[in-house]
Amino acid sequence: MNKLNLDKQLIQECRALADTIAKQVHEHSLERTTVTVERAVLRLCGVDGVDAFGVPLPNLMVDSLQKAGVLNRGASVYLASALYATGLDVPGFCAAFAREEVSLLGHPLLNHEQTLAALKPILDANFEKIRAHRAHREELLKKLGENDTQIYVIVATGNIYEDAVQAQAAARAGADIIAVIRSTGQSLLDYVPFGATTEGFGGTMATQENFRIMRKALNEVGKELGRYIKLVNYCSGLCMPEIAAMGALEGLDMMLNDSMYGIIFRDINMERTFIDQHFSRSINAKAGIIINTGEDNYLTTADAVEQAHTVLASQFINERFAFLAGLPEEQMGLGHAFEIDPMVEDGFLLEIAQAQMAREIFPKAPLKYMPPTKHSTGNIFQTQAQDTLFNAAAMMTGQSIHLLGMMTEAIHTPFLSDRHLAITNAAMVRATMRSIHEEIQFTPGGKVQARAKDVLQNAHNLLEQIAQMGLFVALEQGIFADVKRPFALGKGREGVVEKHPDYINAALLRLEEAHHD
Amino acid sequence: MIRPYGDTMNDGKMQFSFTLPLPAGARGMACAKALLAQMGVADPQVVHCEAMGEGFSLYVCYGVVPQGIDPDTITVSEVETTALSQEDIEQLIETRLGREIVIIGASTGTDAHTVGIDAIMNMKGYAGHYGLERYKGIRAYNLGSQVPNEAFIRTAIEKKAEVLLVSQTVTQKDVHLHNLVELVELLEAEGLRDKVVLICGGARISHELAKELGYDAGFGPGKYASDVAAFAVQELIRRGKG
Repeated sequence: MNKLNLDKQLIQECRALADTIAKQVHEHSLERTTVTVERAVLRLCGVDGVDAFGVPLPNLMVDSLQKAGVLNRGASVYLASALYATGLDVPGFCAAFAREEVSLLGHPLLNHEQTLAALKPILDANFEKIRAHRAHREELLKKLGENDTQIYVIVATGNIYEDAVQAQAAARAGADIIAVIRSTGQSLLDYVPFGATTEGFGGTMATQENFRIMRKALNEVGKELGRYIKLVNYCSGLCMPEIAAMGALEGLDMMLNDSMYGIIFRDINMERTFIDQHFSRSINAKAGIIINTGEDNYLTTADAVEQAHTVLASQFINERFAFLAGLPEEQMGLGHAFEIDPMVEDGFLLEIAQAQMAREIFPKAPLKYMPPTKHSTGNIFQTQAQDTLFNAAAMMTGQSIHLLGMMTEAIHTPFLSDRHLAITNAAMVRATMRSIHEEIQFTPGGKVQARAKDVLQNAHNLLEQIAQMGLFVALEQGIFADVKRPFALGKGREGVVEKHPDYINAALLRLEEAHHD
Repeated sequence: MIRPYGDTMNDGKMQFSFTLPLPAGARGMACAKALLAQMGVADPQVVHCEAMGEGFSLYVCYGVVPQGIDPDTITVSEVETTALSQEDIEQLIETRLGREIVIIGASTGTDAHTVGIDAIMNMKGYAGHYGLERYKGIRAYNLGSQVPNEAFIRTAIEKKAEVLLVSQTVTQKDVHLHNLVELVELLEAEGLRDKVVLICGGARISHELAKELGYDAGFGPGKYASDVAAFAVQELIRRGKG
């Protein structure tokens, strides 16, 4: 597909530059681990539950290692050694640990091979659960099929049981993908809450039990409708790899998973979150989970016409980070958005140019296309009209993950009726414009082609600049979204630890082996 | 006395749209109609009823509101300053204050949305109205989103800010109100409340609400950087901070 007559050489150069940029960061990350990476290792080994005060056991265990100054060897060797010395299995050890009868510390340490051998059967049993979820999804999608442009809506009541009702209603109305928006501020918690939750602000807590409840609800409604309904949550913020582990174990299908977003919009420390991102993406790769990246958000703060190239540059970088973690293109839901001021003359043409450009540059990626939010006011009628234009753009350019705009954007989290009207609008556009993507050609040298050419050229220039200064410096200078983030500041930095030469991450090693199985 | 306007003066026509937890059908439509009648709506008509999944239905209705309003009997709380252009404001700062004023702003608490504070503060502004960063005589610091109230106050002290802007965009279960009140309490505890011009803004903020919560002014939808700056500068002048 080359409707835009894009310069292939330039695209290749962009990829090479992005590769340099991502590898610099990746090498830095490889020498370090974080508290949430180690907690995720424990979770993948089956550590779960809370103590009498409601503190998650993975946090208590990792905190004990950090306090003793030994987290730099990784949690794997301590868990393996403790299990070996106590003769307990993981659930037994967790129960005893919660009663403060056993510790991770104070046992003779197993060596590298012994550690891997001790944890292998435990990890394999959990990876088998992940593999089974993946196989189940793939089998159903093969049997039932899926739409090319999939309707994605959010639920966000704060109460998981209410969310389940709304999600089922949305699926019946035609939604293909349901995201449970997280409670505001959860991304900044350095632990994952436990159990089913019924209180939240602007969203619902991401917990393993909530994942299970929603998966069950979607499986039920999917069976009724003869479709497979995908479930999305947020593997972002301070607990990326832990949430990846929990989502993989509970059969989620998509995860928001983007460090750049956390750095820029949540002020999360960059060193921390790139380390977290790599492990979380490795888990998502194994689970067949499609990641969603957050470039669309750049245009909510920066101008959508002037800064479109920053979205493309970031997509190239995110693609490289994803490859480094073993994610194939088919699992890269790179983000972009329809955020140009609707009063800009020919703004719709610019939107089409950008959306088509993303489609052509990342042909196999299930692109995530975000609706207008910045220029949505309380005028619900006008917002509905803008959303219709957005829906048309999604169909005209063959977008994959079509996140629906709500007429009450900027007012409140969606009512049941808001979601219903959004879905019926998108379904109408999808029906009436089903094949338009294949019918469209663009005038050679016309406005659409010229715009795409410009954005690509600017993205190339920006990538050259970033490759020279490094991504850390680029983030410090506010190149993305006009937001500046100092390297040494941001949330979660205290959770970064330089690895000891004897560091082991048994879960990651097993994942990497499994890539080659 | 006025009533809503459909297509004839004071015909009282209003449109309604809502969801009932009932399947679509005759019973749902009768319930919708009865509900409007109970609200005092005359001649209620259900023009649309649509199923929304299992057990829910959407209604669009019209009716006539018999009540009327005398606009003269309604008191409105609006920010009482003259609207000024960017140039007027810059000139006012130069001639009446004679120095640079420091304004800090943030979307505080757990609110992750910066669209409001960005529209007011960022260079680019919103809908053709430049933001405070572009004003001569104003040093503007936009701290972004999810700034805890304590950190916001710390920065205010550090930057010697005279004007504090707080944005609250998305809200559920009134979390924004608790957060706004907490900031006022913290400022009072620090003995700073009277030393700063405290302004809040957001989709559901009105001047009246802002005053109730202990703010000097509140700006809702349709207000731009110049509205905020005009108030802030005139308030500083009024307080004799020149």
